[in-house]
Amino acid sequence: MDRFLYLTFDGLSRGAIYAAFALALVLIWRAARIVNFAQGAMAVAAAYAGYSVTNATGSYWLGFITAVAGGLLLGAAVERVVMRFVDHSSPLNGVVVALGLVLIIQGVLGMIYGNEFRPAQAPFSRDAFQIGGVALLSRYDLFVFAAVGTVVALLTLLFTRTPTGLRMRAAAFAPDVSRLLGVPVGGMLTLGWALAAAVGSLAGMLVVPTELGLHPNAMDLLFISAFTAAVLGGLDSPVGAVVGGLVVGLLLAYVSGYLGATVAPMAVLILLVVVLLGRPDGLFSKAKARTA
Amino acid sequence: MIGPNGAGKTTLFNVICGFAVAQSGAIALDGKPFRPRPHHLSRHGIARTLQGVGQFNGMTVLENVLVGIRGGRATEEAAYEALERCGVSEFAGAYPASLPYAKRKRVELARALASRPRILMLDEPAGGLDSEEIDWLAELIRTVETTVLLVEHHMDLVMSVCDEILVLDFGKPIALGSPGEIRGNEKVAEAYLGTAA
Repeated sequence: MDRFLYLTFDGLSRGAIYAAFALALVLIWRAARIVNFAQGAMAVAAAYAGYSVTNATGSYWLGFITAVAGGLLLGAAVERVVMRFVDHSSPLNGVVVALGLVLIIQGVLGMIYGNEFRPAQAPFSRDAFQIGGVALLSRYDLFVFAAVGTVVALLTLLFTRTPTGLRMRAAAFAPDVSRLLGVPVGGMLTLGWALAAAVGSLAGMLVVPTELGLHPNAMDLLFISAFTAAVLGGLDSPVGAVVGGLVVGLLLAYVSGYLGATVAPMAVLILLVVVLLGRPDGLFSKAKARTA
Repeated sequence: MIGPNGAGKTTLFNVICGFAVAQSGAIALDGKPFRPRPHHLSRHGIARTLQGVGQFNGMTVLENVLVGIRGGRATEEAAYEALERCGVSEFAGAYPASLPYAKRKRVELARALASRPRILMLDEPAGGLDSEEIDWLAELIRTVETTVLLVEHHMDLVMSVCDEILVLDFGKPIALGSPGEIRGNEKVAEAYLGTAA
Protein backbone atom coordinates (compact mmCIF):
# COMPACT_ATOMS: atom_id res chain seq x y z
CA MET A 1 0.00 0.00 0.00
CA ASP A 2 2.88 2.38 0.86
CA ARG A 3 4.40 1.73 -2.50
CA PHE A 4 1.07 2.29 -4.23
CA LEU A 5 0.64 5.65 -2.48
CA TYR A 6 4.17 6.73 -3.35
CA LEU A 7 3.70 5.72 -6.98
CA THR A 8 0.35 7.53 -7.10
CA PHE A 9 1.82 10.83 -5.93
CA ASP A 10 4.86 10.39 -8.14
CA GLY A 11 2.53 9.68 -11.07
CA LEU A 12 0.43 12.75 -10.38
CA SER A 13 3.56 14.92 -10.24
CA ARG A 14 4.81 13.54 -13.58
CA GLY A 15 1.27 13.72 -14.91
CA ALA A 16 1.08 17.43 -14.09
CA ILE A 17 4.12 17.98 -16.33
CA TYR A 18 2.59 15.89 -19.11
CA ALA A 19 -0.63 17.86 -18.66
CA ALA A 20 1.19 21.17 -19.18
CA PHE A 21 2.94 19.86 -22.27
CA ALA A 22 -0.29 18.33 -23.61
CA LEU A 23 -1.97 21.69 -23.01
CA ALA A 24 0.67 23.30 -25.24
CA LEU A 25 -0.13 20.81 -28.00
CA VAL A 26 -3.88 21.42 -27.60
CA LEU A 27 -3.45 25.21 -27.74
CA ILE A 28 -1.73 24.98 -31.12
CA TRP A 29 -4.12 22.34 -32.42
CA ARG A 30 -7.12 24.51 -31.54
CA ALA A 31 -5.56 27.61 -33.07
CA ALA A 32 -3.97 26.19 -36.22
CA ARG A 33 -5.15 22.58 -36.64
CA ILE A 34 -1.51 21.42 -36.52
CA VAL A 35 -0.04 18.81 -34.20
CA ASN A 36 3.19 20.60 -33.34
CA PHE A 37 5.68 17.78 -33.52
CA ALA A 38 8.40 20.41 -32.98
CA GLN A 39 7.07 21.22 -29.48
CA GLY A 40 9.63 18.96 -27.79
CA ALA A 41 12.55 20.36 -29.76
CA MET A 42 11.37 23.93 -29.12
CA ALA A 43 11.09 23.18 -25.38
CA VAL A 44 14.58 21.69 -25.29
CA ALA A 45 15.98 24.75 -27.11
CA ALA A 46 14.36 27.01 -24.50
CA ALA A 47 15.69 24.77 -21.72
CA TYR A 48 19.23 25.06 -23.13
CA ALA A 49 18.84 28.87 -23.14
CA GLY A 50 17.79 28.69 -19.49
CA TYR A 51 20.67 26.32 -18.74
CA SER A 52 23.17 28.76 -20.28
CA VAL A 53 21.82 31.68 -18.23
CA THR A 54 21.84 29.61 -15.03
CA ASN A 55 25.44 28.58 -15.69
CA ALA A 56 26.49 32.16 -16.43
CA THR A 57 24.70 33.77 -13.47
CA GLY A 58 24.42 30.95 -10.95
CA SER A 59 20.72 31.72 -10.58
CA TYR A 60 18.26 28.91 -11.31
CA TRP A 61 15.33 31.32 -11.37
CA LEU A 62 16.93 33.64 -13.91
CA GLY A 63 17.49 30.60 -16.10
CA PHE A 64 13.90 29.45 -15.51
CA ILE A 65 12.48 32.82 -16.55
CA THR A 66 14.79 32.93 -19.56
CA ALA A 67 13.60 29.50 -20.68
CA VAL A 68 9.90 30.39 -20.45
CA ALA A 69 10.40 33.80 -22.08
CA GLY A 70 12.67 32.22 -24.71
CA GLY A 71 9.95 29.65 -25.43
CA LEU A 72 7.44 32.48 -25.84
CA LEU A 73 9.66 34.25 -28.38
CA LEU A 74 10.59 31.04 -30.18
CA GLY A 75 6.90 30.09 -30.52
CA ALA A 76 6.06 33.50 -31.98
CA ALA A 77 9.04 33.32 -34.34
CA VAL A 78 8.18 29.80 -35.55
CA GLU A 79 4.64 30.94 -36.39
CA ARG A 80 5.61 34.23 -38.03
CA VAL A 81 8.66 33.01 -39.93
CA VAL A 82 7.80 29.41 -40.77
CA MET A 83 4.26 28.16 -40.13
CA ARG A 84 2.46 31.19 -41.58
CA PHE A 85 3.93 30.39 -44.99
CA VAL A 86 3.03 26.71 -44.98
CA ASP A 87 0.33 25.70 -47.45
CA HIS A 88 -2.39 24.43 -45.11
CA SER A 89 -4.52 22.87 -47.86
CA SER A 90 -3.21 19.50 -46.64
CA PRO A 91 -2.76 18.84 -42.90
CA LEU A 92 0.33 16.81 -43.79
CA ASN A 93 2.27 19.92 -44.88
CA GLY A 94 2.33 21.41 -41.38
CA VAL A 95 3.37 18.07 -39.88
CA VAL A 96 6.24 17.67 -42.35
CA VAL A 97 7.47 21.21 -41.69
CA ALA A 98 7.25 20.63 -37.91
CA LEU A 99 9.27 17.41 -38.25
CA GLY A 100 11.82 19.35 -40.32
CA LEU A 101 12.05 21.90 -37.52
CA VAL A 102 12.77 19.09 -35.04
CA LEU A 103 15.77 17.98 -37.10
CA ILE A 104 17.06 21.53 -37.52
CA ILE A 105 16.65 22.53 -33.85
CA GLN A 106 18.13 19.30 -32.50
CA GLY A 107 21.01 19.48 -35.00
CA VAL A 108 21.85 23.07 -34.09
CA LEU A 109 21.65 22.32 -30.35
CA GLY A 110 23.95 19.31 -30.85
CA MET A 111 26.48 21.50 -32.65
CA ILE A 112 26.39 24.18 -29.93
CA TYR A 113 26.14 22.09 -26.76
CA GLY A 114 27.27 18.61 -27.85
CA ASN A 115 25.30 15.40 -27.53
CA GLU A 116 26.18 14.40 -23.98
CA PHE A 117 23.70 14.71 -21.11
CA ARG A 118 24.23 17.84 -19.04
CA PRO A 119 22.94 17.53 -15.48
CA ALA A 120 20.30 20.14 -14.66
CA GLN A 121 19.71 21.29 -11.10
CA ALA A 122 16.33 21.27 -9.39
CA PRO A 123 15.33 24.39 -7.45
CA PHE A 124 13.97 22.33 -4.56
CA SER A 125 14.83 19.03 -2.91
CA ARG A 126 13.54 15.92 -4.68
CA ASP A 127 13.62 13.89 -1.45
CA ALA A 128 10.09 12.87 -0.55
CA PHE A 129 8.49 13.93 2.75
CA GLN A 130 7.69 11.12 5.14
CA ILE A 131 4.05 11.31 6.21
CA GLY A 132 3.04 8.60 8.66
CA GLY A 133 6.21 6.74 7.74
CA VAL A 134 5.27 6.76 4.05
CA ALA A 135 7.33 8.68 1.46
CA LEU A 136 4.82 10.71 -0.55
CA LEU A 137 5.80 14.04 -2.06
CA SER A 138 8.95 16.07 -2.37
CA ARG A 139 9.29 19.84 -2.29
CA TYR A 140 10.00 19.65 -6.01
CA ASP A 141 6.71 17.79 -6.59
CA LEU A 142 4.87 20.57 -4.75
CA PHE A 143 6.66 23.13 -6.94
CA VAL A 144 5.55 21.20 -10.04
CA PHE A 145 1.91 21.15 -8.87
CA ALA A 146 2.02 24.86 -8.04
CA ALA A 147 3.64 25.84 -11.35
CA VAL A 148 1.29 23.75 -13.52
CA GLY A 149 -1.75 24.73 -11.42
CA THR A 150 -0.88 28.41 -11.84
CA VAL A 151 -0.47 28.03 -15.60
CA VAL A 152 -3.78 26.17 -15.96
CA ALA A 153 -5.56 28.81 -13.84
CA LEU A 154 -4.03 31.70 -15.82
CA LEU A 155 -4.91 30.11 -19.16
CA THR A 156 -8.46 29.45 -17.96
CA LEU A 157 -8.78 33.09 -16.92
CA LEU A 158 -7.31 34.27 -20.22
CA PHE A 159 -9.66 32.21 -22.37
CA THR A 160 -12.84 32.71 -20.36
CA ARG A 161 -12.53 36.17 -18.80
CA THR A 162 -10.59 38.39 -21.17
CA PRO A 163 -11.43 39.91 -24.58
CA THR A 164 -8.09 38.68 -25.93
CA GLY A 165 -8.85 35.10 -24.92
CA LEU A 166 -12.32 35.39 -26.43
CA ARG A 167 -10.82 36.60 -29.71
CA MET A 168 -8.19 33.85 -29.68
CA ARG A 169 -10.96 31.27 -29.36
CA ALA A 170 -13.05 32.97 -32.03
CA ALA A 171 -10.10 33.11 -34.45
CA ALA A 172 -9.55 29.39 -33.93
CA PHE A 173 -13.23 28.47 -34.47
CA ALA A 174 -13.98 30.58 -37.56
CA PRO A 175 -11.16 32.78 -38.92
CA ASP A 176 -13.18 34.52 -41.66
CA VAL A 177 -16.10 35.38 -39.39
CA SER A 178 -13.60 36.62 -36.79
CA ARG A 179 -11.93 38.90 -39.33
CA LEU A 180 -15.30 40.45 -40.14
CA LEU A 181 -15.69 41.21 -36.45
CA GLY A 182 -12.36 43.01 -36.31
CA VAL A 183 -10.30 40.19 -34.85
CA PRO A 184 -6.65 40.28 -36.05
CA VAL A 185 -6.57 36.56 -36.77
CA GLY A 186 -2.86 36.47 -37.69
CA GLY A 187 -1.92 38.16 -34.42
CA MET A 188 -4.10 35.79 -32.41
CA LEU A 189 -2.39 32.84 -34.11
CA THR A 190 1.05 34.21 -33.25
CA LEU A 191 -0.05 34.75 -29.65
CA GLY A 192 -1.41 31.19 -29.51
CA TRP A 193 1.88 29.72 -30.72
CA ALA A 194 3.85 31.93 -28.32
CA LEU A 195 1.75 30.94 -25.31
CA ALA A 196 1.82 27.28 -26.26
CA ALA A 197 5.59 27.29 -26.67
CA ALA A 198 6.01 29.08 -23.33
CA VAL A 199 3.85 26.45 -21.59
CA GLY A 200 5.80 23.70 -23.38
CA SER A 201 9.08 25.29 -22.24
CA LEU A 202 7.81 25.42 -18.67
CA ALA A 203 6.98 21.71 -18.87
CA GLY A 204 10.44 21.09 -20.30
CA MET A 205 12.12 22.96 -17.44
CA LEU A 206 10.04 20.95 -14.95
CA VAL A 207 10.87 17.57 -16.45
CA VAL A 208 14.63 17.99 -17.00
CA PRO A 209 15.68 17.71 -13.31
CA THR A 210 13.72 14.44 -13.08
CA GLU A 211 15.55 12.90 -16.05
CA LEU A 212 19.20 12.18 -16.82
CA GLY A 213 19.73 15.82 -17.74
CA LEU A 214 19.67 18.10 -20.73
CA HIS A 215 20.24 16.61 -24.19
CA PRO A 216 19.00 17.60 -27.67
CA ASN A 217 16.61 14.61 -27.54
CA ALA A 218 15.71 15.09 -23.87
CA MET A 219 12.04 15.86 -24.59
CA ASP A 220 11.34 12.93 -26.93
CA LEU A 221 9.67 10.77 -24.26
CA LEU A 222 7.95 13.83 -22.79
CA PHE A 223 6.53 14.60 -26.24
CA ILE A 224 5.26 11.04 -26.77
CA SER A 225 3.70 10.93 -23.29
CA ALA A 226 2.11 14.37 -23.67
CA PHE A 227 0.89 13.59 -27.19
CA THR A 228 -0.74 10.44 -25.84
CA ALA A 229 -2.29 12.55 -23.06
CA ALA A 230 -3.62 15.08 -25.57
CA VAL A 231 -5.07 12.37 -27.83
CA LEU A 232 -6.56 10.61 -24.81
CA GLY A 233 -8.29 13.78 -23.63
CA GLY A 234 -9.16 14.95 -27.13
CA LEU A 235 -6.93 17.34 -29.08
CA ASP A 236 -9.69 19.95 -28.92
CA SER A 237 -10.07 19.86 -25.15
CA PRO A 238 -7.83 21.73 -22.66
CA VAL A 239 -9.61 19.95 -19.80
CA GLY A 240 -8.99 16.66 -21.60
CA ALA A 241 -5.27 17.50 -21.89
CA VAL A 242 -5.00 18.00 -18.13
CA VAL A 243 -6.96 14.84 -17.30
CA GLY A 244 -5.09 12.90 -19.99
CA GLY A 245 -1.75 14.12 -18.62
CA LEU A 246 -2.59 12.91 -15.11
CA VAL A 247 -3.80 9.53 -16.41
CA VAL A 248 -0.63 9.01 -18.46
CA GLY A 249 1.50 10.09 -15.48
CA LEU A 250 -0.21 7.55 -13.24
CA LEU A 251 0.06 4.82 -15.86
CA LEU A 252 3.78 5.44 -16.28
CA ALA A 253 4.35 5.49 -12.53
CA TYR A 254 2.49 2.22 -11.92
CA VAL A 255 4.09 0.45 -14.89
CA SER A 256 7.58 1.69 -13.90
CA GLY A 257 7.00 0.80 -10.26
CA TYR A 258 5.48 -2.64 -10.70
CA LEU A 259 6.82 -3.86 -14.06
CA GLY A 260 10.08 -1.94 -14.47
CA ALA A 261 11.11 1.39 -15.99
CA THR A 262 12.11 -0.20 -19.30
CA VAL A 263 8.49 -1.22 -19.95
CA ALA A 264 7.11 2.31 -19.38
CA PRO A 265 7.69 3.77 -22.88
CA MET A 266 6.01 0.70 -24.36
CA ALA A 267 3.00 1.18 -22.07
CA VAL A 268 2.58 4.76 -23.36
CA LEU A 269 2.69 3.60 -26.96
CA ILE A 270 0.19 0.81 -26.26
CA LEU A 271 -2.16 3.35 -24.64
CA LEU A 272 -1.76 5.64 -27.66
CA VAL A 273 -2.66 2.82 -30.08
CA VAL A 274 -5.64 1.75 -27.95
CA VAL A 275 -6.98 5.33 -27.82
CA LEU A 276 -6.48 5.90 -31.56
CA LEU A 277 -8.26 2.64 -32.36
CA GLY A 278 -11.02 2.90 -29.76
CA ARG A 279 -11.79 6.59 -29.42
CA PRO A 280 -9.72 8.69 -31.83
CA ASP A 281 -11.60 11.89 -30.93
CA GLY A 282 -10.57 11.46 -27.29
CA LEU A 283 -12.62 11.39 -24.11
CA PHE A 284 -13.47 15.10 -23.95
CA SER A 285 -13.52 16.17 -27.60
CA LYS A 286 -16.25 18.54 -28.76
CA ALA A 287 -15.30 18.22 -32.42
CA LYS A 288 -18.77 17.02 -33.43
CA ALA A 289 -20.51 19.91 -31.73
CA ARG A 290 -18.14 22.43 -33.31
CA THR A 291 -18.77 21.32 -36.85
CA ALA A 292 -22.56 21.02 -36.45
CA MET B 1 -29.08 44.32 -54.23
CA ILE B 2 -30.87 41.66 -56.24
CA GLY B 3 -30.15 39.55 -59.28
CA PRO B 4 -30.36 35.99 -60.54
CA ASN B 5 -28.17 33.29 -58.97
CA GLY B 6 -24.56 33.82 -60.01
CA ALA B 7 -25.08 37.51 -60.78
CA GLY B 8 -22.22 38.44 -58.43
CA LYS B 9 -24.09 39.85 -55.44
CA THR B 10 -22.14 37.99 -52.76
CA THR B 11 -18.93 38.49 -54.74
CA LEU B 12 -19.53 42.24 -54.61
CA PHE B 13 -20.08 41.96 -50.86
CA ASN B 14 -16.82 40.01 -50.63
CA VAL B 15 -15.01 42.73 -52.56
CA ILE B 16 -16.42 45.41 -50.27
CA CYS B 17 -15.24 43.37 -47.27
CA GLY B 18 -11.78 42.61 -48.66
CA PHE B 19 -12.32 38.86 -49.08
CA ALA B 20 -12.04 39.20 -52.86
CA VAL B 21 -10.13 41.61 -55.11
CA ALA B 22 -11.96 43.55 -57.81
CA GLN B 23 -10.58 43.17 -61.34
CA SER B 24 -11.57 46.75 -62.11
CA GLY B 25 -13.28 49.71 -60.51
CA ALA B 26 -12.74 51.32 -57.13
CA ILE B 27 -14.43 51.42 -53.75
CA ALA B 28 -15.07 54.68 -51.91
CA LEU B 29 -16.32 55.28 -48.40
CA ASP B 30 -17.50 58.74 -47.40
CA GLY B 31 -16.24 59.96 -50.78
CA LYS B 32 -12.70 58.77 -50.12
CA PRO B 33 -10.89 55.80 -51.70
CA PHE B 34 -11.37 52.77 -49.45
CA ARG B 35 -9.04 49.79 -49.39
CA PRO B 36 -11.08 47.09 -47.70
CA ARG B 37 -9.47 44.69 -45.25
CA PRO B 38 -11.74 42.29 -43.38
CA HIS B 39 -10.39 42.93 -39.87
CA HIS B 40 -10.52 46.72 -40.38
CA LEU B 41 -14.20 46.80 -41.36
CA SER B 42 -15.45 47.17 -37.80
CA ARG B 43 -13.18 50.21 -37.33
CA HIS B 44 -15.00 51.83 -40.24
CA GLY B 45 -18.35 50.99 -38.66
CA ILE B 46 -19.19 48.21 -41.10
CA ALA B 47 -20.72 44.92 -39.96
CA ARG B 48 -21.71 41.97 -42.12
CA THR B 49 -23.65 38.76 -41.76
CA LEU B 50 -22.97 35.75 -43.96
CA GLN B 51 -25.22 33.47 -46.00
CA GLY B 52 -26.37 30.67 -43.72
CA VAL B 53 -25.01 31.02 -40.22
CA GLY B 54 -21.38 31.74 -39.39
CA GLN B 55 -21.07 31.26 -35.67
CA PHE B 56 -18.54 30.08 -33.14
CA ASN B 57 -20.32 26.93 -32.04
CA GLY B 58 -17.88 26.23 -29.23
CA MET B 59 -18.72 29.57 -27.60
CA THR B 60 -21.94 30.63 -25.91
CA VAL B 61 -24.40 33.00 -27.57
CA LEU B 62 -23.23 35.83 -25.27
CA GLU B 63 -19.57 35.14 -26.09
CA ASN B 64 -20.44 35.11 -29.81
CA VAL B 65 -21.86 38.60 -29.51
CA LEU B 66 -19.05 39.88 -27.26
CA VAL B 67 -16.41 39.03 -29.89
CA GLY B 68 -17.73 41.80 -32.11
CA ILE B 69 -17.67 44.53 -29.45
CA ARG B 70 -14.58 46.59 -28.83
CA GLY B 71 -13.28 47.25 -25.27
CA GLY B 72 -14.88 49.19 -22.46
CA ARG B 73 -16.89 48.15 -19.42
CA ALA B 74 -20.22 48.42 -21.18
CA THR B 75 -19.50 45.57 -23.59
CA GLU B 76 -21.68 42.99 -21.82
CA GLU B 77 -24.47 45.54 -21.51
CA ALA B 78 -24.25 46.27 -25.25
CA ALA B 79 -24.29 42.54 -26.00
CA TYR B 80 -27.45 41.98 -23.94
CA GLU B 81 -29.06 45.02 -25.54
CA ALA B 82 -28.43 43.57 -29.02
CA LEU B 83 -29.63 40.13 -27.96
CA GLU B 84 -32.80 41.64 -26.49
CA ARG B 85 -33.43 43.65 -29.62
CA CYS B 86 -33.25 40.41 -31.61
CA GLY B 87 -35.38 38.52 -29.08
CA VAL B 88 -32.74 35.96 -28.12
CA SER B 89 -31.40 37.26 -24.79
CA GLU B 90 -32.88 34.24 -23.00
CA PHE B 91 -30.38 32.06 -24.90
CA ALA B 92 -27.32 34.06 -23.79
CA GLY B 93 -25.79 31.09 -21.97
CA ALA B 94 -26.67 28.50 -24.64
CA TYR B 95 -24.46 27.25 -27.45
CA PRO B 96 -25.61 28.32 -30.93
CA ALA B 97 -25.55 24.75 -32.26
CA SER B 98 -28.29 23.86 -29.77
CA LEU B 99 -30.67 26.53 -31.13
CA PRO B 100 -33.14 26.31 -34.04
CA TYR B 101 -31.91 27.78 -37.32
CA ALA B 102 -34.07 30.91 -37.08
CA LYS B 103 -32.73 31.71 -33.59
CA ARG B 104 -29.17 31.23 -34.81
CA LYS B 105 -29.84 33.73 -37.59
CA ARG B 106 -31.11 36.16 -34.95
CA VAL B 107 -27.95 35.64 -32.89
CA GLU B 108 -25.88 36.49 -35.94
CA LEU B 109 -27.91 39.66 -36.45
CA ALA B 110 -27.45 40.55 -32.77
CA ARG B 111 -23.69 40.08 -33.13
CA ALA B 112 -23.63 42.42 -36.11
CA LEU B 113 -25.80 45.02 -34.36
CA ALA B 114 -23.85 44.88 -31.09
CA SER B 115 -20.96 46.81 -32.58
CA ARG B 116 -23.44 49.61 -33.44
CA PRO B 117 -22.38 49.76 -37.11
CA ARG B 118 -23.22 52.65 -39.40
CA ILE B 119 -23.38 50.25 -42.36
CA LEU B 120 -24.94 46.83 -41.90
CA MET B 121 -24.40 44.32 -44.72
CA LEU B 122 -26.92 41.48 -44.73
CA ASP B 123 -26.28 38.58 -47.12
CA GLU B 124 -29.54 36.72 -47.75
CA PRO B 125 -30.79 37.06 -44.18
CA ALA B 126 -34.22 35.64 -45.08
CA GLY B 127 -32.81 32.38 -46.47
CA GLY B 128 -34.39 29.39 -44.72
CA LEU B 129 -36.78 31.49 -42.61
CA ASP B 130 -40.57 31.10 -42.41
CA SER B 131 -42.97 33.97 -43.11
CA GLU B 132 -43.28 34.94 -39.44
CA GLU B 133 -39.51 35.27 -39.09
CA ILE B 134 -39.31 37.22 -42.36
CA ASP B 135 -41.94 39.67 -41.05
CA TRP B 136 -39.84 40.12 -37.90
CA LEU B 137 -36.72 40.64 -40.03
CA ALA B 138 -38.47 43.24 -42.18
CA GLU B 139 -39.51 45.15 -39.07
CA LEU B 140 -35.93 45.04 -37.74
CA ILE B 141 -34.50 46.37 -41.02
CA ARG B 142 -37.12 49.15 -41.13
CA THR B 143 -36.42 50.29 -37.59
CA VAL B 144 -32.66 49.80 -37.24
CA GLU B 145 -30.85 53.13 -37.01
CA THR B 146 -28.23 52.39 -39.63
CA THR B 147 -27.72 52.09 -43.37
CA VAL B 148 -28.50 48.55 -44.50
CA LEU B 149 -26.99 46.94 -47.60
CA LEU B 150 -29.15 43.93 -48.36
CA VAL B 151 -28.57 41.01 -50.73
CA GLU B 152 -31.78 39.06 -50.94
CA HIS B 153 -33.87 36.78 -53.16
CA HIS B 154 -37.09 37.20 -51.17
CA MET B 155 -38.78 39.86 -53.33
CA ASP B 156 -41.58 40.74 -50.90
CA LEU B 157 -38.96 41.55 -48.27
CA VAL B 158 -36.81 43.52 -50.72
CA MET B 159 -39.75 45.55 -52.04
CA SER B 160 -41.03 46.30 -48.53
CA VAL B 161 -37.84 47.49 -46.86
CA CYS B 162 -35.58 48.98 -49.57
CA ASP B 163 -35.38 52.65 -50.57
CA GLU B 164 -33.17 51.88 -53.54
CA ILE B 165 -32.50 48.66 -55.42
CA LEU B 166 -29.47 47.74 -57.52
CA VAL B 167 -29.96 44.83 -59.94
CA LEU B 168 -26.94 42.82 -61.02
CA ASP B 169 -26.76 40.34 -63.89
CA PHE B 170 -23.59 38.50 -64.92
CA GLY B 171 -21.57 40.85 -62.73
CA LYS B 172 -22.92 44.04 -64.33
CA PRO B 173 -25.41 46.53 -62.90
CA ILE B 174 -28.47 46.56 -65.14
CA ALA B 175 -30.81 48.75 -63.12
CA LEU B 176 -30.86 51.10 -60.14
CA GLY B 177 -33.99 52.65 -58.75
CA SER B 178 -36.84 52.62 -56.27
CA PRO B 179 -38.87 49.42 -55.75
CA GLY B 180 -41.59 50.83 -58.03
CA GLU B 181 -39.10 51.60 -60.82
CA ILE B 182 -37.45 48.20 -60.58
CA ARG B 183 -40.81 46.41 -60.65
CA GLY B 184 -41.60 47.88 -64.06
CA ASN B 185 -38.11 47.57 -65.54
CA GLU B 186 -38.02 45.35 -68.64
CA LYS B 187 -34.30 44.60 -68.38
CA VAL B 188 -34.82 43.27 -64.87
CA ALA B 189 -37.71 41.04 -65.97
CA GLU B 190 -35.57 39.76 -68.83
CA ALA B 191 -32.68 38.98 -66.52
CA TYR B 192 -34.93 36.96 -64.24
CA LEU B 193 -37.19 35.31 -66.82
CA GLY B 194 -34.84 35.07 -69.80
CA THR B 195 -37.17 37.07 -72.10
CA ALA B 196 -38.72 40.53 -71.99
CA ALA B 197 -41.94 40.46 -69.98
